[in-house]
Amino acid sequence: MTVLAAPENSPTFAIETRQLTKVYGAGNIEVVAMRNATMQVRCGEVVALLGPSGSGKSTFLTAVGLINPPTTGQVYIGGQLVHDGPAAYGNLRTFRRRHIGFIFQKSNLIPFLTAVENVQIALQLNGASHHAARRRSLELLDYLGVGDRADNLPAALSGGQQQRVAVARALANRPGVILADEPTAALDGQRGRQVMELFAQVAHEQQAGVIVVTHDHRSLDVFDTIYEMEDGAMQRQQHRNQ
Amino acid sequence: MNLATRDIRHNLGRFTLTTLGVGMLLMIVMGMGGIYRGIIEDATLLADRIGADLWIVQRKTRGPFAEISRVPPNLVHRALAVPGVQRAREFAYHTVQRERRGKPLRIAVLGLSWPTDKGHWIPLTAGRPLAQAHFEMIADKSLGLSLGEKVNLGKETYTVVGITSSMISSSGDGIGFFTVADAQAIQFDIPGEAVRLERASREARGLRTELTAKQPALLENVYRPAAELPQIARPQVSAVMVSVASPADLERVANVISGWGDVSVFTQEQQRQLLLRGTVEKVRRQIGLFRVLLTIIAAVIMALILYTLTLDKIHSIALLKLIGAPNSTILGLILQQALVLGAMGYGIAYLLGQRVFPNFPRRVILTDADLLQLAAIVLAISFISSLLGIWKALKVSPNEALS
Repeated sequence: MTVLAAPENSPTFAIETRQLTKVYGAGNIEVVAMRNATMQVRCGEVVALLGPSGSGKSTFLTAVGLINPPTTGQVYIGGQLVHDGPAAYGNLRTFRRRHIGFIFQKSNLIPFLTAVENVQIALQLNGASHHAARRRSLELLDYLGVGDRADNLPAALSGGQQQRVAVARALANRPGVILADEPTAALDGQRGRQVMELFAQVAHEQQAGVIVVTHDHRSLDVFDTIYEMEDGAMQRQQHRNQ
Repeated sequence: MNLATRDIRHNLGRFTLTTLGVGMLLMIVMGMGGIYRGIIEDATLLADRIGADLWIVQRKTRGPFAEISRVPPNLVHRALAVPGVQRAREFAYHTVQRERRGKPLRIAVLGLSWPTDKGHWIPLTAGRPLAQAHFEMIADKSLGLSLGEKVNLGKETYTVVGITSSMISSSGDGIGFFTVADAQAIQFDIPGEAVRLERASREARGLRTELTAKQPALLENVYRPAAELPQIARPQVSAVMVSVASPADLERVANVISGWGDVSVFTQEQQRQLLLRGTVEKVRRQIGLFRVLLTIIAAVIMALILYTLTLDKIHSIALLKLIGAPNSTILGLILQQALVLGAMGYGIAYLLGQRVFPNFPRRVILTDADLLQLAAIVLAISFISSLLGIWKALKVSPNEALS
């Protein structure tokens, strides 16, 4: 499938974190949101991250997404050290644009852009020409079953359609890493499962590392590996091949 | 992909209303500039257009536009006798207020030195210059008089034979052009009862003198018009205007006349400066300061509008940062909107002004230089006022897209 073709020269680990710790505040009001979180996600692997609210899942995801730097520990993306504690290596915004796709609980589309423009912008920001970006955006939207709504503004789309447009945007630049924070929360069971299966398909076909924060236990069979966080600590629970 | 135009398209109604508001605000700034320019133009209009090289006025006064000036009419002949003087004219100037159709009619009465000056220099939009020594007038169109209309002033009736435009006194009243004699008749008009009382007074004074006791026939003179009595001087004029034969004569003629003990002399430029620094100085400064204040207020309001527009987009901006948009993309979004807002606001201000300003009671003059200056100011305001929004946008963390 050309729409989800893998990038060339894929490294072994799409994502690797080592002893990530995040501390908010200082002194007596210090809160440890994440402690020594270590995770390795191979290229083409789909990982579920479970845990109760406040367990540090989102903190971990934002640290891996280069939005919220860790207090200590290292983040490697595609084998490249990007964060060593709060110190960053390289331009994080450029790195995000080229290597990471984000999907959120709410679709988070730009309200003044149409569905196709929401996908197109990610491509154009990465240097694609207008025509090339539009062509690939329409291909992705067609692939995700919302091609007929390409010229609609987000407000005119249902929750499920918006979420699929957001998925298309996340996939647009063929990122090596896809991070999703409860992407199926706004979808019904059937749609939710379709999205999870899509992630698995993308991961396998595009050789991307995918981390999905989820509470949806019905779709866990889709994931290669399941991690659980509790009180900021990471535990690997299960691997499909084990 | 131009994000600024996409956002404007999405919020077209609100953006249009905002632009209209900014446009009206800029129209007021533009109007203030026009009023300022109009005041200067009106104040100096007569001095500029009447074509006098020198103004001879009453000693130690600043001329008829600044204060009361009285000089004898025969000063014209003294001035003509100075070598280098080509032409000398009487100048009578005062303002009257009368009732016309139940409304006040204020006329700046200006006397033309008949027959040397019939008003050929006045730009007429209809009619003709004065053609007889009495009972004709040329009226500025702001007076609301029509061609051929009869106007009662004093004891006489004057016919409007010419209409001019943009001939306004420094106080904003339309000018009516008469012969000097008519202008003085209007100025010194006194009721019949006052004439009778004056004659009775003359008779009483005459009866007390030894001369009339010896020659009683002299008493008959008291009942004759004042103009026929050699003892009573002709009414004085406000000033005498002098044209010199060549520019080289100007300083020499001015030096000669300034040596006379009863008058002062000013060049046209000095008269102009007296008008600007005297009569209209406070109004000019007040309007000028008001214009500066309005410009600052417009800048503050535009900054708040752009800041609010940025706040409305803060989530989208965080999202753009999250997906890796460089600062230049975000800066461009805000700056382009600011420039579109400023440019459209300016256009609206200009178009509205063209329709609204002609209805103002005083002239609003939009010069090309002032319009260009305001365009540059609006450009600067748009840029400066977008800085607050840009500052806010650059401060936003991509984290906010997740909240």
